[in-house]
Amino acid sequence: MIVEVKGVRKTYDSGVEALRDVDLSFPKGQLSTLLGPSGCGKTTLLKIIAGLIPKNGGEVLVNGKAVHGPGPERAFVFQDFALLPWADVLRNVGFGLELRGVERKERDEVARKYIAEVGLKGFEHRYPAQLSGGMRQRVGLARALTVDADIILMDEPFSSVDEQTRRKFQEDLLDLLRHHQKTVIFVTHSIEEAAYLSDQIALLSPRPGRVSKIVRPAVDRSKSPDEIRRDRGYLDTVDEIWGILRQYV
Amino acid sequence: MRMLLSLVVWFALWEIVGQMKFSSIVPPFSAVIEAGIEILPTEKFAKAAIISLRSFGLGMALALAIGIPLGVAMARVKGVGRLLGMWVNIFVSAPISALVPILMAVIGIGETTVVVTVFLFAVFVITLDTQVGITHADRSLVEMARSFGATRRQLYSKVLLLSALPEILAGVRLGAIRGVKGVVIGQLLVAIIGVGELFETYSNNFLMEEFWALVLIVFLFAFAVSEAIAYLERRVEYYAAAR
Ligand SMILES: Nc1ncnc2c1ncn2[C@@H]1O[C@H](COP(=O)(O)OP(=O)(O)O)[C@@H](O)[C@H]1O
Ligand SMILES: [Mg+2]
Repeated sequence: MIVEVKGVRKTYDSGVEALRDVDLSFPKGQLSTLLGPSGCGKTTLLKIIAGLIPKNGGEVLVNGKAVHGPGPERAFVFQDFALLPWADVLRNVGFGLELRGVERKERDEVARKYIAEVGLKGFEHRYPAQLSGGMRQRVGLARALTVDADIILMDEPFSSVDEQTRRKFQEDLLDLLRHHQKTVIFVTHSIEEAAYLSDQIALLSPRPGRVSKIVRPAVDRSKSPDEIRRDRGYLDTVDEIWGILRQYV
Repeated sequence: MRMLLSLVVWFALWEIVGQMKFSSIVPPFSAVIEAGIEILPTEKFAKAAIISLRSFGLGMALALAIGIPLGVAMARVKGVGRLLGMWVNIFVSAPISALVPILMAVIGIGETTVVVTVFLFAVFVITLDTQVGITHADRSLVEMARSFGATRRQLYSKVLLLSALPEILAGVRLGAIRGVKGVVIGQLLVAIIGVGELFETYSNNFLMEEFWALVLIVFLFAFAVSEAIAYLERRVEYYAAAR
């Protein structure tokens, strides 16, 4: 277990109770999904794990140690990309390293490597405004990879990416993350996306968010992406999750 | 191009009205230009220009050095914003010229008063626009920087100030235009130095050609400063297009 969430509670200043006593474990090297209806507290939970917003109770443990703020072992991929509009792709991807004081030459080198890995070679000197949504999110992903964090936190990274690009991106993402053996916590509200990507799916109930069930899709990952999408285990998982979530809608 | 054309029309009109000799207050445009060409190389003008530029430069430097940090503080520290918000908003639209006589009484008659006048003319709009820029800075960029371990200092220098740069520059441009007004009004009311002194001399001696020539020169200066900043703004806008 690399990340553990114990009894985490969150009530916003506005009085909205977003999370109530959430207990969850995220196994090392696996991709875990937080899945639930819109507004159930998925982003809130992810940002608490990232140390970006304070919690009202409970603990977040990373490798057994309680964390209270952001740390170098966790990197975040944002739903709205959060790219610096005045910086080109190269500088955006290397921004995490820049903040850590890594020399220009060294960080550019590392950034170039990950730009190539996410499939953006040749776009180093473009600005975010010149890129499509899918490409911008690839920049966001590359930035998270360059800082060499073990844990990648992703908040609905594909929600502003169009459908065709999304599939390809999902496949690339699986390859990349498996290759780098990252522990991934992934937020989505798409059942298919969760079933396709995840080793473990935590279903959250509507507000206040609680864990209502943990599903482990029995999907054979050695198959090709198209085979997986026709796989029994994949389809059963989608059905099972839908059976649980339908009572919330 | 269109602006140039409309200027030509206005100057032609001015020339015609001037040639009709309605009043000595409106000399022909060509005579004004001639007077301008005559004034520019004189030592008297150079001296006045240097004093005025120095007051303008010092006043603007003060306005930037105080206005920008103040705007940032108002946006980032709740208490400061609440404490000063109302005052900045009042002073940004208040007739600052009314304060100049008070300044004269407090600081005395001299260059310092003019510097302070420029400062007061320019500072509030700079503060206000900086505050707006920082307040509207993309929150998710701030979160992003924090998630990658940005220090406070980095958060300001690498995210917040750059993010607010379009608004800050707009404030600086408006501040600079007001600053030019501040120099002239300050020097006119204090009435002994720089361009203000020249204005005083010309109008007392009914040297209307020279008077209007000086007005044109001051306008041109304000226009040039504002265009220079606007050029910077456009370059920044280009990179900030995706905000
Ligand atoms: N900064 C905030 N202040 C007050 N309420 C918030 C804030 N952020 C989120 N909420 C509320 O908390 C609940 C959970 O939000 P969020 O975690 O964004 O849900 P999700 O990501 O699952 O859609 C929602 O009802 C939302 O309106
Ligand atoms: Mg969300």
